[in-house]
Amino acid sequence: MPGKLKAKIVAGRHLPVMDRASDLTDAFVEVKFGNTTFKTDVYHKSLNPQWNSEWFKFEVDDEDLQDEPLQITVLDHDTYSANDAIGKVYIDIDPLLCSEAATVISGWFPIYDTIHGIRGEINVLVKVDLFNDLNRFRQSSCGVKFFCTTSIPRCYRAALVHGFVEELVVNEDPEYQWIDRIRTPRASNEARQRLISLMSGELQRKIGLKVLEMGGNAVVGYLQCFDLEGESGLVVRAIGTACTLDKLSSGTSSNTNTHTHPNTAPASNACNSPSKDSKEAVFSEDPPSSSAPPTPLKVLPSSSPPPISPSKPCSRQSSSSDTDLSLTPKTVRTRPGIFLSPSSPSLSSESLPLPLIGPIAHGLRPVSRASTPPPLFTVQSDSAVMRKCVSFNEDLLLAASGMGSGGSAGKEAGPLKTLLRQQTQTALEQREFPFFTLTCFPPGFLIHAGGVVSARSVKLLDRIHNPDEPETRDAWWEEIRQEIKSHAKALGCHAVVGYSESTSICEEVCILSASGTAAILNPRFMREGCLDVGGSDHRLSRQPAPVMGGSDRVEGEFSSAWLGFEDSSPTSCGFCHIPYDEFNMPFPAQLTYCYQCRRQKVPDVLFTTIDLPTEAVVNGKGCLIQARLCRLKKKAQGEVNATAISNLLPFMEYELHTQLMNKLKLRCMNALFGLRIQISVGENMLLGLASATGVYLTALPAPGGIQIAGKAPGDLSYEQHIATIQKRINDTIAKNKELYHIHPPEVTEEVVGSPIPEPRQRSRLFRSQSESSDDLSELDLSHGKKDAFVLEIDDTDAVEDIHSLLTDAATPTGFYSCNTEIMPGIQNWTGSLQMFTSVRVFRLSNANLTNQGLNKTFVDLCENLLKSLYFKLRSMVPCCLCHLNFTVAVPEEDLIQVAVTAVAMSFDKDQTQERPGLAITKGSGETEEQLQFSLELCAESSASNQPPGRTSGVTDSGNAHPSSRAPSVDYGSFADRCSTWLELLRLKAHTIRRGSVKTISSSERCSPLPEGRSRSLRSTRSFGGGSVTVVKMTPLSFIPGTRVVKYLGIINMFFIRETTSLREEGGVSGFLHSFIAEVFAMVRAHVAALGGNAVVSYSMKECVFMENPNKNQAQCLINVSGDAVIFARDSDLEATPPLMSCGQVCSSGTDGTT
Amino acid sequence: MSLELDVFVGNSTIIDIAVYHLWLDGYTVADAVRARVDCRAMLDCDVSAEVLHSDTMDQFRTFHMCERLLHCPVKLSNQLLFQIPPQSQSMLIERYYEFDSAFAREVLGKKLSKGTKRDLEDVSSKTGVALKSCRRQFDNFKRVFKVVEELKGPLVENIQRHFLLSDTLARDYAAVVFFANSRFETGKRKLQYLSFQDFAFCAGQLISYWTVGAVNNMVDDMDVDLEKEFLHELKDIKILINDKDMLDQHKSLVCAALRGKIKVFNEMEANFKHLSRALVNIASKLNNTKDVRDLFIDLVEKFIEPCRSDRWTVGELKLFLTHYTTAALSIGTFRYQLAWERYMGVMRSCIIKMYHE
Repeated sequence: MPGKLKAKIVAGRHLPVMDRASDLTDAFVEVKFGNTTFKTDVYHKSLNPQWNSEWFKFEVDDEDLQDEPLQITVLDHDTYSANDAIGKVYIDIDPLLCSEAATVISGWFPIYDTIHGIRGEINVLVKVDLFNDLNRFRQSSCGVKFFCTTSIPRCYRAALVHGFVEELVVNEDPEYQWIDRIRTPRASNEARQRLISLMSGELQRKIGLKVLEMGGNAVVGYLQCFDLEGESGLVVRAIGTACTLDKLSSGTSSNTNTHTHPNTAPASNACNSPSKDSKEAVFSEDPPSSSAPPTPLKVLPSSSPPPISPSKPCSRQSSSSDTDLSLTPKTVRTRPGIFLSPSSPSLSSESLPLPLIGPIAHGLRPVSRASTPPPLFTVQSDSAVMRKCVSFNEDLLLAASGMGSGGSAGKEAGPLKTLLRQQTQTALEQREFPFFTLTCFPPGFLIHAGGVVSARSVKLLDRIHNPDEPETRDAWWEEIRQEIKSHAKALGCHAVVGYSESTSICEEVCILSASGTAAILNPRFMREGCLDVGGSDHRLSRQPAPVMGGSDRVEGEFSSAWLGFEDSSPTSCGFCHIPYDEFNMPFPAQLTYCYQCRRQKVPDVLFTTIDLPTEAVVNGKGCLIQARLCRLKKKAQGEVNATAISNLLPFMEYELHTQLMNKLKLRCMNALFGLRIQISVGENMLLGLASATGVYLTALPAPGGIQIAGKAPGDLSYEQHIATIQKRINDTIAKNKELYHIHPPEVTEEVVGSPIPEPRQRSRLFRSQSESSDDLSELDLSHGKKDAFVLEIDDTDAVEDIHSLLTDAATPTGFYSCNTEIMPGIQNWTGSLQMFTSVRVFRLSNANLTNQGLNKTFVDLCENLLKSLYFKLRSMVPCCLCHLNFTVAVPEEDLIQVAVTAVAMSFDKDQTQERPGLAITKGSGETEEQLQFSLELCAESSASNQPPGRTSGVTDSGNAHPSSRAPSVDYGSFADRCSTWLELLRLKAHTIRRGSVKTISSSERCSPLPEGRSRSLRSTRSFGGGSVTVVKMTPLSFIPGTRVVKYLGIINMFFIRETTSLREEGGVSGFLHSFIAEVFAMVRAHVAALGGNAVVSYSMKECVFMENPNKNQAQCLINVSGDAVIFARDSDLEATPPLMSCGQVCSSGTDGTT
Repeated sequence: MSLELDVFVGNSTIIDIAVYHLWLDGYTVADAVRARVDCRAMLDCDVSAEVLHSDTMDQFRTFHMCERLLHCPVKLSNQLLFQIPPQSQSMLIERYYEFDSAFAREVLGKKLSKGTKRDLEDVSSKTGVALKSCRRQFDNFKRVFKVVEELKGPLVENIQRHFLLSDTLARDYAAVVFFANSRFETGKRKLQYLSFQDFAFCAGQLISYWTVGAVNNMVDDMDVDLEKEFLHELKDIKILINDKDMLDQHKSLVCAALRGKIKVFNEMEANFKHLSRALVNIASKLNNTKDVRDLFIDLVEKFIEPCRSDRWTVGELKLFLTHYTTAALSIGTFRYQLAWERYMGVMRSCIIKMYHE
């Protein structure tokens, strides 16, 4: 009996009228957990009942606590007939199981009914008392923290990154059970909601167990997905990155302490390793030049031996899939100087014995300089795998897409790479899958990024016979992961970062996809507790990683020493350097010396799935680049269908890549981040959508233009045609350079053939000792070739490509867009943000079912959607749409569905230009910045955001920050604001013409008898603003200008909504509009009840919409997730104790508690 | 080939005021889009009609969903469905409850019943306010009336508390409620020249000085019903015209005070008895519930029109009424000074407000 769950039903409000006769409701509440149910009294004849119930207590296993949601049902009492259900609230109590998260859930929850939507609200209080459970064979994993955020959460530091965790559970879909024929749609929906809630609880628990066994205490980058396989079942699967996180409790973020609640739940000791920092090993550095084995200086005495032998997965009883759990490194390295002690997967909170390896890497460079002959690492075995038709390696495609092989030399880098690879490999090679779902890393973590690796496979679904043994699904994913792993190997990489998995299902065919970025990581992070960065938001807060007190400082130095590994080369370009062996390149590519350090080779383009690393130096701004593609497919069944699809896939990928590459060149950029390629399957078509954020990395060579080449050179008119196209392309490139503020270094000279600029020559000379002169010439050769990106228009396809290339509408002035977390070149966010979801479904008529027509339709659909977004958000200009996440689906034949979730964040245009250096140093401008934040806060606390399109809003913001803001009014938006204003005036004029005056104009009537009775009219109009906490939502992991002071737990919600009166609810749009609004409302309510004021890393994983207009019916399933947090404005933190700043948030909680 | 579904939902609800106005004015989506296209064409904005259509649809849907909440504005502030910044909330409410004076003028004094609602088409064509908008405004009147009807406490304050309206708007609503309750005659041809604002002002005066609430502010309907006792007392004022001595004394006092000060002195002197009789008769008629309705028509016919035909200026009228009131107070035998002052104070300001072309 390890836990006691307590719930109290306080009150309800805005209940629907259930009794037509009295226009009132006799409501009561059932509270159910597991198999236990309690009831409140009936509160007669009220729409705002005050139950104020006793505490209902459930004594349950912690396993159940993790799996089950608390289910609250509001009913209308009926003496004569059955009680009518008003609606339900499911409360996930997981956040209460972790002592560091929330301690109480208290607040108003929308009462939700799958048929009627939200019907009133209910005020609930929930608490959990956990008892200490030392049973090491337990099934629960209470206390393991889950984060959707794909970076180390802001108020933690990663002591250890353990690696990949995955799990999947399957079940029969209640919708397809026989019983569904006889039960009501409501019962069926609720069964489904409940089942999925249970399954995700179970999944989370099982993953938690794995994490505990690995010795971690948290999962970062937790990605959970549902596969609605229809007849064959329901799969819930999740992947994540297991970490050991320490709460930051020193240094700059003193605030975090105030929010750390004392460990009220002692049972969760397994997961917190409190203040490990204090006991951490202290390293001293080896002299950098020595290649002698560095000695581990000190290994901390571990007070108790690890209770479980790491290699024995005895405590694991999870029946379903698993990666090898005994991932703890246990080999002792052969290379001298690397000492590895097993990190213990201890279940108790004792500190881990800390192994040491770091200094080795440090000594590396001298070694390689001395050209120690290292064993050559070969990748030949993988090439066969890579060419499997279903899976395509991105770089293969690069090569295929017309990039000449630049063939390069550089004898020195090879050995070094190999050595490095060797080093780090051992750290990872014990792992079955050295994958990381993180997309953003602590500095120094990512050493090289090789390129995108992806794999897809087409499977035919079959019924899952035994839910407890989901072997087939497991095997499928295993296969794909193996493939990814081998691709990464082929790229000379030992790890995959920014890893994600997805599926697309149509009838019985399922496409499984996985993608990531092959990378070489710093092994140090894999083994020991010495990550020096954690909660400091290293990207946005314009400051270097905070120096922490005590032992951390040492690590900080250590880390910088590590970073110095690349010697004098700036670390900002390290990740661009090729990880693979130049002699054994897995594919032909053009290599040049890095434009920043001039030491290492870099490819001419770099595609990745990760976020732009903090240290990357970018020229200008980035932008969203999308490739869209539609391919018709014959309708077919079974294996024929699957074969047809898998035959189409490589061509689609190839074309998407060509499009991406063309668009990248057209924007004068050379790298893609956050690349996400989605291929959706429908009955008669395949949809492909690739989105990424293009940037110009200064480390990579300047992209050449695009050259059009015709096939029939003799034809004069044809030549002319080509010439005009060429001109248009050149114009577009020039325009884009301007638009994105890209000022490439004077590469143009080189292209024309001028000698290499001075500074470069020097660097080359410096290096030439170890290089043959051949290198130089070869390098130049590749330079010359760089411009030779040739598009041949010999067929209609190419013409079409070029057209689509040129028809992409430019983003309007004042807007930027990206699908990554941050936009390079923009730092000074104003803090105003707007998260939104937009969904469009397009019905194709049969007439245009050709590939071209289809493509155009699809492109238009996406472009129009973007245009609409720009228009709607015009009042936020200048602003950037961040994390633009497109999801495409083919819900039915002839239907294309596109869903977008993103956040619009406005920024201050002028400051960007005035203070470009802000990103690097916490400059003098900081005070000004803070001032602005505080002012903004004032404005917000009084009245929150200004209504868009109101001229007063303009003046407001102008006043708030007159010096720097005033000029920004003179921006694109102004015209729009004006226009709205004009529209308004026009309307006014219109009304006046009609001979009536709006009453508002009569405000200055004087009272002739002022001495009359003075009725003090309370001017304070109570809007009850305090009664509803404002909850911000963002798909990003941070909110600009603020600091996350506490993570309250993961939000993972699944809703079904159905209607049988579609027309009455405003058609499909009305139905979905209200459903999405309801989902937002429920997410906000849950966050507020946890005491939070924001959701970060929010995403809408699933939005499955089905309609049957003839029957006047529609159904929609939505799955959302995110991290509930408390944030505080940067300015508050310094001025007032943070508890004060979130007092408003807590007030709702305290109200109920006392 | 068509967009089957198109929605945009923000975490904070975005509201475009201009579109909100179009919606309130009863535009259909198509008309609203046309209006917006025209407006943008004027400004050379490069936005396609499709984008505007999509945006208008979204906004109209949002308003439609909010409308239910706007019927009970207090709900809007503590509902969870839409996250609307407080400023926008008050804007939404205020604009929703704003009404066209022309419309209000037509409905003023009528019973807020189904019958009246049926006649809204005529009102719409007469005032040029779209029928949809008329219906909304009428329903607003009715809703406010119903809620406030049974409440204790000051009318304006009640309206403000329940509908979260601005002071100005709440006062206008108070006037509407007051007129609807007392059913004053406002539709006669002779009253057509008076605007809603004129009546609203008068209503404010009546509420402030003549109702039950003027003396005791914790009674039901305190601001809707005129105080019976006061009206009863007014009967006694008749002595001012019935008692010949008093009438003469009154006249001479007024004449003495105004001599040389007004141009229309002669006309005033000649008409004094008529004018005084008119005012006093109106006062005594108020005692009869049915005659209360004729207050404004009586005022216009019996007092304002004679003055207007004699070309009094507003200043002269003001001066006259002031002295007319004070003179009566200084008549030694006149005992109903309190009632007189209370009566004349309101009459004076109402007459002055109503005295225009």
